[in-house]
Amino acid sequence: MPAEPPVASPTSLGQAYALLAAAPHRPIAGGTDVMVQIAAETTPIPERMLDLWRLDELRGIRVEGDALVLGALTTYTEIRRSPLCVEHALALVEAAATIGAVQIQNRGTLGGNIANASPAGDTLPVLLAMDASIVAGSLRGERTVAAADFWPAYRRTPLRPDELVLRVSLPLVAGRRVRYRKVGTRRAQAISKVVMALAWREDGGVWRHVRLALGSVAPTPIRATETERVLEGAAPRETVADHAAAVLRGELRPIDDVRSTAAYRKAAAARVLHRLLREEGGW
Amino acid sequence: MTITTRPGPATPVSPAAPSPVRLPRAGELARGHARGAPLRREGPAKLTGTALYADDLVFPGAWYGATLRSTEPHARLLGIERDADFDWSRVVVVTAEDIPGDNVVSLIIDDQPILVPVGGEIRHQAEPVALLAAADRDTLREAKARLRLRTEPLAPVFDPLVSSQVFAHFDMGKGDIAAGFAAADLVVEGTYRVGHTEQLYIENQAMIAVPREDGGMTVTGSLQCPYYVHKALKRALALDSERAVVIQAETGGGFGGKEEYPSLLAVHAALLAQRIGRPVRMIYGRHEDIAATTKRHPAIVTHRTGVTREGRIVAQEIDLVLDGGAYCTLSPVVLSRATIHAGGPYDVANVRITSRAVATNTPPNGAFRGFGAPQAEFAAEMQVNRVAEALGISPLELRRRNIYREGGVTPTQQVLRESVAAQEVLERAAEAAEFERIRERTARERAARTASARTARGIGLALGWHGAGFTGSGEERMGSVASVELTAEGAIRILAASTEMGQGTKTIFPQLVADELGVPYDAVEIAPQDTSIVPDSGPTVASRTAMVVGGLIIKAARRLRAQVEERTGRPFAESYLHDAQTWGGTREDERFEPYPGVHFDDETYTGDAYPAFGWACAVAEVEVDLDTGEVAVRSVVSADDVGRVIHPVLAEGQVEGGTLQAVGYATIEEIKLHDGRYLNDRLQTYLIPTAVDAPRIDAILVEAPFSGAPHGAKGVGELPMDVGAPAVVAAIHDATGVWIHDLPASPERILAALDGHEPPGPPGISA
Ligand SMILES: Cc1cc2nc3c(=O)[nH]c(=O)nc-3n(C[C@H](O)[C@H](O)[C@H](O)COP(=O)(O)OP(=O)(O)OC[C@H]3O[C@@H](n4cnc5c(N)ncnc54)[C@H](O)[C@@H]3O)c2cc1C
Repeated sequence: MPAEPPVASPTSLGQAYALLAAAPHRPIAGGTDVMVQIAAETTPIPERMLDLWRLDELRGIRVEGDALVLGALTTYTEIRRSPLCVEHALALVEAAATIGAVQIQNRGTLGGNIANASPAGDTLPVLLAMDASIVAGSLRGERTVAAADFWPAYRRTPLRPDELVLRVSLPLVAGRRVRYRKVGTRRAQAISKVVMALAWREDGGVWRHVRLALGSVAPTPIRATETERVLEGAAPRETVADHAAAVLRGELRPIDDVRSTAAYRKAAAARVLHRLLREEGGW
Repeated sequence: MTITTRPGPATPVSPAAPSPVRLPRAGELARGHARGAPLRREGPAKLTGTALYADDLVFPGAWYGATLRSTEPHARLLGIERDADFDWSRVVVVTAEDIPGDNVVSLIIDDQPILVPVGGEIRHQAEPVALLAAADRDTLREAKARLRLRTEPLAPVFDPLVSSQVFAHFDMGKGDIAAGFAAADLVVEGTYRVGHTEQLYIENQAMIAVPREDGGMTVTGSLQCPYYVHKALKRALALDSERAVVIQAETGGGFGGKEEYPSLLAVHAALLAQRIGRPVRMIYGRHEDIAATTKRHPAIVTHRTGVTREGRIVAQEIDLVLDGGAYCTLSPVVLSRATIHAGGPYDVANVRITSRAVATNTPPNGAFRGFGAPQAEFAAEMQVNRVAEALGISPLELRRRNIYREGGVTPTQQVLRESVAAQEVLERAAEAAEFERIRERTARERAARTASARTARGIGLALGWHGAGFTGSGEERMGSVASVELTAEGAIRILAASTEMGQGTKTIFPQLVADELGVPYDAVEIAPQDTSIVPDSGPTVASRTAMVVGGLIIKAARRLRAQVEERTGRPFAESYLHDAQTWGGTREDERFEPYPGVHFDDETYTGDAYPAFGWACAVAEVEVDLDTGEVAVRSVVSADDVGRVIHPVLAEGQVEGGTLQAVGYATIEEIKLHDGRYLNDRLQTYLIPTAVDAPRIDAILVEAPFSGAPHGAKGVGELPMDVGAPAVVAAIHDATGVWIHDLPASPERILAALDGHEPPGPPGISA
């Protein structure tokens, strides 16, 4: 482990903003990504770090108006235990349950998953499928970015060096359903090979507002828009499922890497989608 | 756990005086009982965190050492260049020129340099070229970044099938292979492949070298074989035996991975320490450990089997190729074990086995639990299961018709005179797992399965054998010594170089000696594994510790007891303190004597390849996700004949651990390579099963004792590793109908077969 950079631990968001405005700091929330990256020397050693853990402004899960709002420091354990999340965002609870194991879930945060911007971040497809928006802030004020715009390129975010992720807002949509499925190499402590979230609203026997989001199949978490079009306005019948699975296979452009192969990712994604549609269609 | 016992060896094992600690005897052990199973010696220190592993040891003034490695798979080294802008006075750099002794890692042949010399050939991506040491790690890291290698690239070879450099080869067999095939009603062919796998001991490789006042060097570290390191150290530093001292620190696992590599690391640390005249610590991080140290040999095994309609195997033609990596290391010995085991535990009249171990430009492969046998037996069991399918005979029944029984003759012409438990382990495992009943159920489920099924269950069986101890005349050549001593102070001490790495050496040795002397377990001490204190009892490998070295200390204890009882005229337990006071200390050294009637001819490679074999059968049940090819191994029943159980809890632990390791090797563990470099060389990417991936494991210990060892033990460490993988892959076939010929049977390979897309490339070959 290389030499440790100095760490500032502000106790209010105002202090944190001021520190960030004065000099570049690498934020550290749970540290479950950034510590590993520093130890493995896959990230440059930061000159200064900013410990977010005491910023209570970034905690809490609540319903505000017609949205479920989660502070950036919300841990996976908190998500799993939250009655509000169980009621309004069960897919997020399912995703949280697949992340790492107990220690990581106690320490890893939703904001960290978002800011880390890994294509394999397990909550990110859920956020995409649920049309989440992400609120960032700095001394200059707050701004809201749609999840769909948050991961423009491999491990990139629109965050400026002085900005923090403050919270995530999930619009509450009456009648919306979301399914989630993660495919990893083992049953715990596994980075996804394919991860999928599928959201829709049933309307007169057909699906509307279909969102199909995937991770680990592209340089960023993505929406499979061609497949969404197949499902939009359709019912989850077998012919639709066959067609959607075939379109998804054609739409995805994954790569071979150390975790899996492109061929596997395409086939597994298509078959998992087919399965979800079969389960929803009840055939 | 259950234990069944057969009639014991001729030599009695029971001591005259009753002892609070004794070996479990026939019928004594029922499920859950741990009689004769004292707590492990080093357990309390490990549990309370006071056990000292190498990295915990403090040597004042020590510097940190690091290794500069090649980054090319094959090249000529033209020069090592130092950045002129760096202050080199703060670091020490050692290159090949600075080696006082021979620039070779002393093992079977002298091909591997300690450091590649300028002008020499770099043969793999992780090859050590220079060593550095500094007082702090930041300086060390910076200095390392300021060294550059000047090289001229050479063409690398990655495919073992095209490699022209052969480290070893065998051609063995019996009967008339052509006549055998002529008598066959059916011929089945298949090629099976196994890739690299990593031992993944918990503690990384670690060595600390401390210069001695007498000009020599003491090396303390994580290791399996103190005298291998001793030999390498003497040769590289040009030291005599007394001035080279090797001490084992508490060791966090080995699995073969600390058999040969520690020699190289110890020499590296010692070269730096000698140069600066201070202690030098070389403690690998996980990344360097996985990237540079030895792996299981990838194997390509081709079988052609002739069988009659009645299910009698009449001909086996087998070709086996091992990828040794860049240097020979132990490849010839791994190859010989793989070759001898290649036919599986079946008495076949006509056999021909050809094999070779070849070089590729990848890091050298080496010892890993099973030592070539798991790869060979994976192929053998796949083949037998496929033959059973082709004949429409139950895999259990086909085995019954072909297994070795007493009097059977192996491909080296060894007559199996005793201790043959193939049938017993087969029947015990099949019965406990209800193999036939569940196989009928999975067949019904398969027949009734519709497209809507998400998962499929299956059951599979595999049988194995494992030669106990060294192959051929290895033990005779080694001439190991172990001792038992009654000190002048009245302490009873075992002196042996056999190491504890989690498997229980330090617990079973005192058990055996206490039992022989009729004293309590706690009355027997074990001397530290320090080459200046203990004799060379050979390496802690080949499942030989309990059988061979355990036998030596029993015999030494027996002689000690006889001497004391002769002098005092009373039982040892009552008289040894008095004896020590009156006559001072007594030490009995016991040197290995060939087992009676066991002969092997190295020239013709015929005869008793092993004094005895252990036998194992595994039955695995799996559930396969048909959407994703993910495999959940639900349960494994493993019946293992270990000759004699010394410590039932530890023996069961070996079976459970080996089985879980086999499950990982069967389903998910795969090193991927690019340009001869391991790509998944971190814990983040090299995945082994977690607790939630572990199946329920039912260990059945069977005892078919070996009469040559005074206690009848044959060893347990490697046996379970031979059978787990083929049982799991057979279960995957039972569930899905597809045969996966390559290990691991990963979701990628399974889904390719189910989905009809192109499977991933073969395991073990660099892209
Ligand atoms: C053993 C292990 C298993 C894991 N398993 C999984 C898994 O199954 N699925 C998965 O998706 N991930 C997994 N991870 C990765 C990691 O746990 C998650 O990505 C987690 O959400 C990161 O959160 P954190 O708070 O620990 O982030 P940190 O490591 O503290 O930060 C991550 C990055 O985000 C930045 N950052 C953090 N918070 C903010 C903020 N509020 N504003 C701006 N920037 C910020 C940091 O500067 C850093 O660049 C695993 C990690 C480990 C070590």
